[in-house]
Amino acid sequence: MNRDTFETRLFRVLRWVVLAGLALATLFPFYYMIVLSIRPIEDLLRDPGALWVSVSQWTTSTYEEVLSPEDAGGQGMLGLLVNSALVSLGTVVLTLLVSIPGSYAVSRLRFFGHRQVHFLFLAVYLFPAILLAVPLFVLFTKLGLRDSLVGLTIVYVAQTIPVSIYMLRNYLSTIPESIEEAAAIDGCSRGQVLWRVTVPLAAPAIMANALYVFMIAWNEFLFALLFLVADREKWTVSLGLAQLAGGIEVPKTVLMAGSVVLTIPIVLLFYAAERMLTEGLTSGADKG
Amino acid sequence: MKKGSLRQQENRAGLAMISPTLLVVLAVVVLPMLWTLVLAFQRIRLINVRDTGLFERYTLQNFVSVFGSPGFWSSVATTLVYAIGGTVLSLALGLVAALALRKPFRGRGFLRGAMLLPYVAPVVAVAFVWEVMLSPQYGIVNEWGARLFGWDRPIAFLTQREATISLLGMDIPVPVALLTVIVFEGWRYFPFAFLFLLARLQAIPGELEEAARVDGATPTQRFRHILLPQLAGVIALLAMLRFVMNFTKFDDVYLLTGGGAGTDVASVRVYDFITARFDVGAASAQALALAAVLLVFLAVYLKFFAPKPEDKA
Repeated sequence: MNRDTFETRLFRVLRWVVLAGLALATLFPFYYMIVLSIRPIEDLLRDPGALWVSVSQWTTSTYEEVLSPEDAGGQGMLGLLVNSALVSLGTVVLTLLVSIPGSYAVSRLRFFGHRQVHFLFLAVYLFPAILLAVPLFVLFTKLGLRDSLVGLTIVYVAQTIPVSIYMLRNYLSTIPESIEEAAAIDGCSRGQVLWRVTVPLAAPAIMANALYVFMIAWNEFLFALLFLVADREKWTVSLGLAQLAGGIEVPKTVLMAGSVVLTIPIVLLFYAAERMLTEGLTSGADKG
Repeated sequence: MKKGSLRQQENRAGLAMISPTLLVVLAVVVLPMLWTLVLAFQRIRLINVRDTGLFERYTLQNFVSVFGSPGFWSSVATTLVYAIGGTVLSLALGLVAALALRKPFRGRGFLRGAMLLPYVAPVVAVAFVWEVMLSPQYGIVNEWGARLFGWDRPIAFLTQREATISLLGMDIPVPVALLTVIVFEGWRYFPFAFLFLLARLQAIPGELEEAARVDGATPTQRFRHILLPQLAGVIALLAMLRFVMNFTKFDDVYLLTGGGAGTDVASVRVYDFITARFDVGAASAQALALAAVLLVFLAVYLKFFAPKPEDKA
């Protein structure tokens, strides 16, 4: 057997080993999260190694506890889900309103400074959130915006704009300019061209981008922790869950139910749009 | 109304369309960033922040106390180890995953989706699952470790600073908690590298490899001499991105260990300065030190590894 056949065979086997290992490593934690969330806590303590619970043992009391409002003895996550949804949707709408014209300008129009603008976006994208945390914390305290969902939304918009413009610009540059020119000749103003021609054509990219922005806002933790921690009414789910874990003794199974509730919306959205999302993110990657 | 030339019109329209973006970025990123510079040189606590002006009492005191505070230099070292370890691990895993998923097979779409889960799932949720899985009391990892490998004692993955492993008669110290958070980082961010490397791999023309195969190059040789050079640009870019992100990562470490057991990365220290001591000045100084290190690394990347303008398509 020469080196070539040896290597070819080796990698054929190795490939499946790697695939199995990766599938296990990425899927198991999520599977485990779900299994624990429907297990009674005594059952977990009795047999921590169990990979499966018999159906008769299943319980939904963990979900009841985590979702029902506080005055009913629960942890009130339903209210926090609403907060998270408001902040995330608000971030999506505002980011799109700002970044659609922005990305159009960057990809189509030559304006003063249009070259430098790329550098600015890269800088903002790379600029670490923890460095902004200090001045924004102080600034929002001064402005009285700190304990508000509006303030949080503004921060998220600024954080998501660079990626949003990058994704949309990549897509817009694949739309032939001649279509827009034709509309302009037919008498559309630039705003009308953008609104009636470009936006509908870019709808898939805009959807993918909206989902990505939603994901970032929904998952965010640092700024929610810094800004909202004082006012329980305004917590997002991520923050609520973290506080739950750090607070009084709450069974781990309840914590897992909360994690499932927090994860489900994102995973559903992600599977609905996986292809669009990955293409939107990586288009242009082959040029680097 | 007098209309300008087409060129001027375009300029005006472009500026008008980009200005909301610039406004937000200016207000929420650039100005706060500049303000950090000011804050770092003032003795400010959250209590007196309201009546401290821009031009008051500049001092180097914050830097003196931050650099001199116990644990500063060890935290720099921890941050570096964490950032480099997390970067290398996520890139290596991402590369292996991209190579394994390169050719189509049944279920590839599903697997590709599954592999992105750690990246898209909320950090709070995945950090908790890891915490529960790694728990010494009821964690499944310790339970199965005892069953399969005969661990005599459960390992406290997230709370134990150091363990010694005896290997060939030598006692080797292992930073347990730090390694665990690095592995978590690698796990959570390999999908990011995977996604970009897979996209790049699929854009490489098949003839290149076909020609090498005909010339008798083995799979490892083809990887070494054909695929790797093609991937080098993306790998350098990803390494830079991941390093910058890991270097200032907060939530992962904060949620897993709270910065304890030898995982005192710089960003958690910044957070502690603000929330535990309300010391805005010291927090800014610490943040600034972090930014300075980052700038050095970015400059090195731009000088030596960034694609030159003429390479760009």
